[in-house]
Amino acid sequence: MAVAAGGAAAIAWPFIDQMNPAADTRALASIEFDVTKVGEGQQVVVKWRGKPLFVRNRTKAEIAKAVADDNASMKDPEKDSARVKPGKAQWLIVGGNCTHLGCVPTFGGGDYGGWFCPCHGSVYDTSGRIRKGPAPKNLIVPEYAFLSDTKVKIG
Amino acid sequence: MSGHSTYEPKTGFERWLDARLPIVRLGYDSFVDYPTPRNLNYWWTFGGILSLCLASQLITGIILVMHYTPSADHAFASVEHIMRDVNYGWLIRYMHANGASMFFIAVYIHMLRGLYYGSYKAPREVLWLLGCVIYLLMMATAFMGYVLPWGQMSFHGAVVITNLFGALPVVGESITTWLWGGFAVDNPTLNRFFSLHYLLPFMIAGVVILHIWALHVVGQNNPTGVEPKSKADTVPFTPYATVKDGFAMSVFLILFAFFVFFMPNALGHADNYIPANPLVTPSHIVPEWYFLPFYAILRAVPDKLMGVLAMFGAIACLFALPWLDRSKVRSMRYRPTARIHFFIFVVACCILGVCGAKLPDDQIIPGLTTFKVMESDLNSFVWLSRVAAAYYFAFFVIVMPFLPLSEKTLPVPDSIASPALSHPAAAPVEATAAPEMKG
Repeated sequence: MAVAAGGAAAIAWPFIDQMNPAADTRALASIEFDVTKVGEGQQVVVKWRGKPLFVRNRTKAEIAKAVADDNASMKDPEKDSARVKPGKAQWLIVGGNCTHLGCVPTFGGGDYGGWFCPCHGSVYDTSGRIRKGPAPKNLIVPEYAFLSDTKVKIG
Repeated sequence: MSGHSTYEPKTGFERWLDARLPIVRLGYDSFVDYPTPRNLNYWWTFGGILSLCLASQLITGIILVMHYTPSADHAFASVEHIMRDVNYGWLIRYMHANGASMFFIAVYIHMLRGLYYGSYKAPREVLWLLGCVIYLLMMATAFMGYVLPWGQMSFHGAVVITNLFGALPVVGESITTWLWGGFAVDNPTLNRFFSLHYLLPFMIAGVVILHIWALHVVGQNNPTGVEPKSKADTVPFTPYATVKDGFAMSVFLILFAFFVFFMPNALGHADNYIPANPLVTPSHIVPEWYFLPFYAILRAVPDKLMGVLAMFGAIACLFALPWLDRSKVRSMRYRPTARIHFFIFVVACCILGVCGAKLPDDQIIPGLTTFKVMESDLNSFVWLSRVAAAYYFAFFVIVMPFLPLSEKTLPVPDSIASPALSHPAAAPVEATAAPEMKG
């Protein structure tokens, strides 16, 4: 019995695992991006690992608004400073998929001036934090580093 | 399939075959001699119509596959190739796309008929459950089929639906990655959806056979909900049911043809004629009309996991229905209070459908601002969908189990053929006031 069950499991696994990402999909490259391409108050959408990534050049007012709200009641509380690199508060780099069901939120929409997700009405602030709607988490901050003042490496 | 077979092989070949594979006997007993209740109305013709829909989808689908390319780079172009270049490709594709909508129109009527006349009650629970399984398979098939043209709605619809599983705690992310075959909806996702979209209809066909088998074991329900007791209560399937089904199919095909030829894109969405772009979500993303009520329930709940659970719960209610309803009277024709709830339920489903098509914060009455509750104005579609969703669930978990405790039912006839004889009081109601109810 045990041998048969073990055998069945052993043959079942390849049939299940074949649906997981293939080796070429897993071999993901990181990307480099020149942030000077983004004008102040604008964002550029970059494709990274098949998904959109928002690179946003925040205005002083937008940063101030995000910092002022650091202690407001939030679903996924996080300080604005924790979501940007030290001294680079101007550049907000977040995943461009709503944490609810993965739609791409619209730049500048919603009551908080950040993003508005057209699918189910989630509203993000200028720090990409979830402020209203069904999404459970803030927009994801990917792993990245500034190679120079203008060049950033994501992934 | 049930009862004594009256098939008599007439030719030598039929006798030879009958002794080896009694398939003609099976067909004769199931679709010719099979006794059907004499009072079946036109709501009972949708089973036949659904078989027609399944056959049509299978045939047109297999033809479309001959011209379609399942690849993220070529899928959209190959669908345009079908529309513009393939001989009659436009016709086949419009038949397939609108056929899906027709299939759902028919299945919703079929399900509501079962709900109204209590066709899910003992001894037809398994019959009802098999129907629910078919409905689930239909939804999966329709969803995956909608992804195949790889337009904007296809792509972002796939993103939203697969992300539903991401709401599950702990395993959610692994499951979505597994479903996608990558870190986003992409070519591997399209290919596996294509494979399953081809497979599932044949599974539906298999479950349909079980569904019909179960139907022929327990026999058809009928508008009175009273089981046939004698030969006077039934008529043979052929010619009575075959002719009636045939007429209903013809009328249904007129509606089908009207959509295919005059408004083939009315039930679709213009954004799906834009090739998929992962970087831009259409400003207003909606599923196909037949999923709108469930989509509205999903959006009615402000929490991600709870919203997903509510949506699946709405379907789970259907499976539990045979055990939720505790009424001893089968047909709602004799349950006046339940009947009112039934019609409110139908209206609630339609309202949910409308809400699913709107943006959550859109105002119902334009220009009127009331006060905010749970972050949304009361005059918004999200609140309307909350009210309708609450009724949807209340119908299953409150009305169905608890209404029968205090419900006053009308007298139920002793048999189908002679309600007037045993219940003189009920007779005039049935004979004069009720005909439009049968409609």
